[in-house]
Amino acid sequence: MRAFDYLTPATIGQALDVLAEHGDDAKVLAGGQSLVPLLNYRLARPRVVVDVNALPLDRISVAGDRVTMGALTRHATLEESVELARACPLLREAAALIGNVRVRTLGTLGGSLAHADPAAELPMAMVALDARFDVAGRAGRRTVAARDFFTGYLTTGLAPDELLVEVEIPTMRGAGWAVEELSRRAGDFAIVAVTALIRLDARGRVDDVRIAFGGVGPTPVRVAVAEDLLLGAEPTPERLGEAADAARDALNPESDAFVSAGYRRLLAGVLARRALTRAVTRAMEIR
Amino acid sequence: MRLSLTINGRSRDVDVEPHRTLLEVLRDTLGIFDVKEGCNEGVCGACTVLLDGRPVSSCLVLAPTAGSRAITTVRGLEGGGELHPLQQAFLRHGAVQCGFCTPGMLLTALAFLERHPGADRETLRHAIEGNLCRCTGYAKILDALEYYARG
Repeated sequence: MRAFDYLTPATIGQALDVLAEHGDDAKVLAGGQSLVPLLNYRLARPRVVVDVNALPLDRISVAGDRVTMGALTRHATLEESVELARACPLLREAAALIGNVRVRTLGTLGGSLAHADPAAELPMAMVALDARFDVAGRAGRRTVAARDFFTGYLTTGLAPDELLVEVEIPTMRGAGWAVEELSRRAGDFAIVAVTALIRLDARGRVDDVRIAFGGVGPTPVRVAVAEDLLLGAEPTPERLGEAADAARDALNPESDAFVSAGYRRLLAGVLARRALTRAVTRAMEIR
Repeated sequence: MRLSLTINGRSRDVDVEPHRTLLEVLRDTLGIFDVKEGCNEGVCGACTVLLDGRPVSSCLVLAPTAGSRAITTVRGLEGGGELHPLQQAFLRHGAVQCGFCTPGMLLTALAFLERHPGADRETLRHAIEGNLCRCTGYAKILDALEYYARG
């Protein structure tokens, strides 16, 4: 690892001042589970590491139908918080699939989102939930929709002198949920991951549905054409299969050293059908 | 920078550069060799230590960030000259082959079992899925964990 200056701002204001001063020479350290491997390999060589762990951003609050989570909320907290499991059980399921237990001890919500790996669970879940991200800069706060935040492979709309501080999601109470993914080895990033959220009305028709994929492009992907097929429909196994096929056909994944584009697309269809089926089953149980 | 680390209940003062990982400080500065270095990218689990009772990859922790927290290595498990009951279960079931993964396995499993006492074999399989045993001695490790979990 290359040497760097190590700074520990005590307030968000101080952190922003430091980031503004050092610009691209600085990297923010939260849980370190993506940054420290990059440092170990000298793929990242910042002059300054800004440790934000002292900032008061490790908290969850549920108010009405909104949940607000600080950027330093650990994956282990997403996995174990009883309050969050009641409000948004999807996040518990997504968090439990992240990396290994050691990554989940230290890794943070904000870190995962700002790192923006397209196969990671939390960016995908946030796009499914239509989360809103609260971004702090020296000029003030701005809110960014999850879908607009992820702009490319490992790339977000965050400026070098901005800090992701909070994430707000709707609780989606009454919705069934499921996350499905396949990886080559336990703990690897998923080849393909999919999140499904489905809410049913009193007659058992779909009145809200979200389908989001990870691992099929440079950013998490929502598939409107598949969602539209289900909206207002009775979620029969045939209908869910059609929606999964439509989602698969709408994707345009790439090949890499391990997996062809064709296999990725096939896998996306299979996993989407499983996720939709499980989400509908849960939605029926809840109703 | 000056750090005061609490390792297995003992305070150790060290002078470290901030770009050193906890793994480097434990092994190279303090000579605590029961923490093993494997992949250095957080995948293999050989360098597992507990930070405030939870497993972390010490290769992915910058030493300064561990300053105020309780660090447990496998040496911290024994008490009164006796091995921890989980270590005794490993001996009883031959769960140690080359031994390189053993400290990480013990710490990971113990942290899990403290939160999930009585966990079954399938649950234990998932609990140690982030710790690699390249001797592939998983069956006996699970035998030991199951034996311990059943009390």
